[in-house]
Amino acid sequence: MTEQHRADILVSCLHGRSPELIPAFQEEIRRRGLVDEVKVVEAGCRGFCAMGPVVLIQPDGLFYIEVQPADVPELVEETLIKGRVVERLTYKEPATHEAIPHYDAIPFYSKQMRHVMRNCGMINPQSIEEYIAVGGYQALDKALTSMAPDEIITEVKKSGLRGRGGAGFPTGRKWESTRQVAGDVKYVIANGDEGDPGAFMNRSLMEGDPHSIIEGMIIGAYAIRVHQGYLYVRDEYPLAVKNLGIAIEQAREYGLLGEDILGSGFDFDVKIVRGAGAFVCGESSALMQSLEGKVGEPRPKHFHATERGLWDRPSCLNNVETWADIPLIINNGADWFASVGTERSKGTKTFCLVGQIQNTGLIEVPMGITLREIIYDIGGGTPAGQEFKAVQTGGPSGGCIPASLLDLPVDYDSLVEAGSMMGSGGMIVMDDRTCMVDIARYFLDFLKEESCGKCTPCREGIRRMLEILTRITEGQGEMADLETLETLAKVVQSASLCGLGKSAPNPVLSTLRYFRDEYVAHIEDHKCPAGVCKALIEYYIIEDLCTGCGLCRRKCPQEAISGEKKEPHVIDQALCIKCGICFDVCKFDAVGVR
Amino acid sequence: MPRLKNFKELRKLRTQLQKDIKTRTETSTTITVGMGTCGISAGAREVMHAVLAELEARDIDAHVTTVGCIGMCHKEPLVDVQQGDEPRITYGNVTQKMVPRIVDEHLVQGHIVEEWVVGRVAAGQEG
Repeated sequence: MTEQHRADILVSCLHGRSPELIPAFQEEIRRRGLVDEVKVVEAGCRGFCAMGPVVLIQPDGLFYIEVQPADVPELVEETLIKGRVVERLTYKEPATHEAIPHYDAIPFYSKQMRHVMRNCGMINPQSIEEYIAVGGYQALDKALTSMAPDEIITEVKKSGLRGRGGAGFPTGRKWESTRQVAGDVKYVIANGDEGDPGAFMNRSLMEGDPHSIIEGMIIGAYAIRVHQGYLYVRDEYPLAVKNLGIAIEQAREYGLLGEDILGSGFDFDVKIVRGAGAFVCGESSALMQSLEGKVGEPRPKHFHATERGLWDRPSCLNNVETWADIPLIINNGADWFASVGTERSKGTKTFCLVGQIQNTGLIEVPMGITLREIIYDIGGGTPAGQEFKAVQTGGPSGGCIPASLLDLPVDYDSLVEAGSMMGSGGMIVMDDRTCMVDIARYFLDFLKEESCGKCTPCREGIRRMLEILTRITEGQGEMADLETLETLAKVVQSASLCGLGKSAPNPVLSTLRYFRDEYVAHIEDHKCPAGVCKALIEYYIIEDLCTGCGLCRRKCPQEAISGEKKEPHVIDQALCIKCGICFDVCKFDAVGVR
Repeated sequence: MPRLKNFKELRKLRTQLQKDIKTRTETSTTITVGMGTCGISAGAREVMHAVLAELEARDIDAHVTTVGCIGMCHKEPLVDVQQGDEPRITYGNVTQKMVPRIVDEHLVQGHIVEEWVVGRVAAGQEG
């Protein structure tokens, strides 16, 4: 059944254009008679989304970016037949334009520490054989054959692993509580209900290395003495659902799930439950309600889920990334895991780097790395000519951290101190074209939609804050509004039922804390310093710079721009709808915003 | 797909499966076959297949890779063997029949097949 090849073509970015790339490679390999020598592998996400679709050729470690089906014949001919690098498709150092053909030399990767994502993009996620070959289910072997359940829990506690869903509760303690509670029927649950806009860490992990999550769950179940697990995945992630489903099926066939796992006498199985995509269902108690088939609403936490969770049974819920960390801890030991990170935040964490940044993508870094290293060394900084303004961590209900705090270490506690949070790992970078009042309004608008409405502080509080913010962005704000906002925010924070409401005021409070002057500019001067809030800005043509080319006049959907050829044009403010098209199309920077 | 009965079987299966992904793991041995037009016309493809088959048959950890013409077209097919920090040894006019001996003597026993060597480059001195 085995067959050695001389080269593997690992095609990533299955969401982008690579569905066409894989058949293109297969066809070309066949046409060239290389079927026996070269294998085409559908691999998971490699994280460098800005450069996708990416292709890695092993064993040479050649990394090709933005590969299109049309590039395939040349790539196969040059690299796989003649052994040459196709320089045109290699990554170029942005400053020097020097080609960097090898994967591990690219700065985006060399600063990362890919532990939990180690197999993503390296193996075919639909093949349990490849997972086993790279050392998969070795941790399960070790745990079930040589460790007592208590030993496993001690090891996880010692590793310092904290929940990767964002709240950062110590994982080992959660396991211990669930184990200690009396009861025959208990559950383990994996939370794959990633709902933050712009975040796709869990998605990539579920799609790219589903077995690592399942392996972690089996080990956890064995340690806690649980026989049934649930994987809660949102249905908007069809490939994650598919790959997890295939993985579970394969694990069952091999006897790694089901009764008497590999002769150990331990029974455990996992079921996938698809969520309908409500943001609040990422909250643990709402998730369990949804698992039970009820409306996904959180419940008051008079008792912990570890005592009475799913169907009122003791339940241990962890994020999928937390589960995927477990095999690493068992294989390499708690000390190895704890050697990375800070005093109170251990190991690595995945983040999605999005927004106004050069290298958009998915990264994994050691805890304690600074925001500056993430944004500049890995992310390549903001797009040319734009100045960094803030980064929002922790998803829509995280806070905005300003440039002055760029040297902040990224760990659970430092982020909370700075008025934000770890969250599941979204990181939205904003440059000087972002209005901080507008961004707070935007996130509250999202949260207003996603609030389940069960408790009043969250349902009404978010709505009222949103009304005030909308008024401010429209130039109708008053200084007293700021105080009202702060009061409302504190009530919502302290009185809401679940994490959604408790964290919802973060965007407001953090922008008020770090960017108060922008609020004041909107209210007192009726100006939007970033030039975003439509009611407060005006586009105008800078006469000295206008060449009269007429491009803006032709592009304006309102026909609000007039002027003679080669003469400075002018915008009729009464007709202008402030769409900004003239600003974007002008080649001479002759359109200004004020 | 056979159901595994115990962890011993899992370990055995892993050892077998590791061959499949050898191209993606470190082996520290690289066998390079010259596959320019000159190499291919001299029979390099058949030689490379023989190398792959021999490695598999003898269960040897090594990467096989191809390169273009190095300029010594009259000595094609050229096969280079590079082990760790050892000098890179180039064999010339290699035929399918010569492959088992190169693999056996050079890779298994560690003796270079001197009579077929046409060049050697010390590690780190390339290019």
